[in-house]
Amino acid sequence: MRIGVVTFPGSLDDVDAARAVSFAGGETVALWHGEHDLRGVDAVVLPGGFSYGDYLRCGAISRFSPIMTEVVEAAKGGLPVLGICNGFQILCESHLLPGALLRNDARRFVCRDQRLRIENNKTPWTSDYEQGAEITVVLKNGEGKYVADEDTLDRLEGEGRVVARYLEVNPNGSLRDIAGITNEAGNVVGLMPHPEHAVEGLTGPGTDGLAFFTSAVSQLLHA
Amino acid sequence: MARVVVDVMLKPEILDPQGKAVHSALPRLGVHGVTDVRQGKRFELEVDELTDERLSEIHEIAEKLLSNPVIEDFFVYVEELDESEVEGSEVDEVQA
Repeated sequence: MRIGVVTFPGSLDDVDAARAVSFAGGETVALWHGEHDLRGVDAVVLPGGFSYGDYLRCGAISRFSPIMTEVVEAAKGGLPVLGICNGFQILCESHLLPGALLRNDARRFVCRDQRLRIENNKTPWTSDYEQGAEITVVLKNGEGKYVADEDTLDRLEGEGRVVARYLEVNPNGSLRDIAGITNEAGNVVGLMPHPEHAVEGLTGPGTDGLAFFTSAVSQLLHA
Repeated sequence: MARVVVDVMLKPEILDPQGKAVHSALPRLGVHGVTDVRQGKRFELEVDELTDERLSEIHEIAEKLLSNPVIEDFFVYVEELDESEVEGSEVDEVQA
């Protein structure tokens, strides 16, 4: 099970994402933003960070990097893609996911252990969770407020495309407490919190995030 | 030569935390008459010759890269420049 992790200039969490893939029993393949080559991977993770310094808008310039041409095309063909934090922003800017991510309404960078509810365990990234599972993972963002127009929000809710929702505290003003969503086909998932930072007790708030990666590995094994 | 200016503003219905922060700083300057502040971006694109084709390219740039149509509106307008005006504006900036 080969899962590619893309490194953009300014990516921060590519190493943690790769490590999480390894912990989940997958093989990590390093992908480079400047290449048109997905190296035959079975899934792709767009990691967190500040690609291109967040210049212009978060994810706006990364969208036009050579690797994203390939990611967009492969995603439309069904390749499982997980965008975490900055990766979520890139997926929205690439129009693989609807809506946009804005500056937190509290105007502060937020860093905390965040409770989430898994609302959709049918995606390749969440199938190892129970439907409705409540988990704690790390959240750290400055521009994590998910917005979309009312029709889009209603459609996301109606089609079960809200993948994860904030519990207890809405840390950034995201509409309808949305922490993560998926596309119509269900293979592309964007998530603002960081499951890759919650894969072992030593370095995170627990191991609740690991199932995002074991889900992908086991889905791919059975595919 | 010509300068094409693209202004990008958050859509009116989108909350602008940066504008709010600026607005909330105004009383510290003793200013109380401003009821709202919204912050946007201004892009200046220099072109040698302004043709219809160039202008439509700039519209495309504005729509696809400079703005995100989900959250932002953009406005394109042209500033005609000759060399002396360009130099003049630079001198003004030095004096300021």
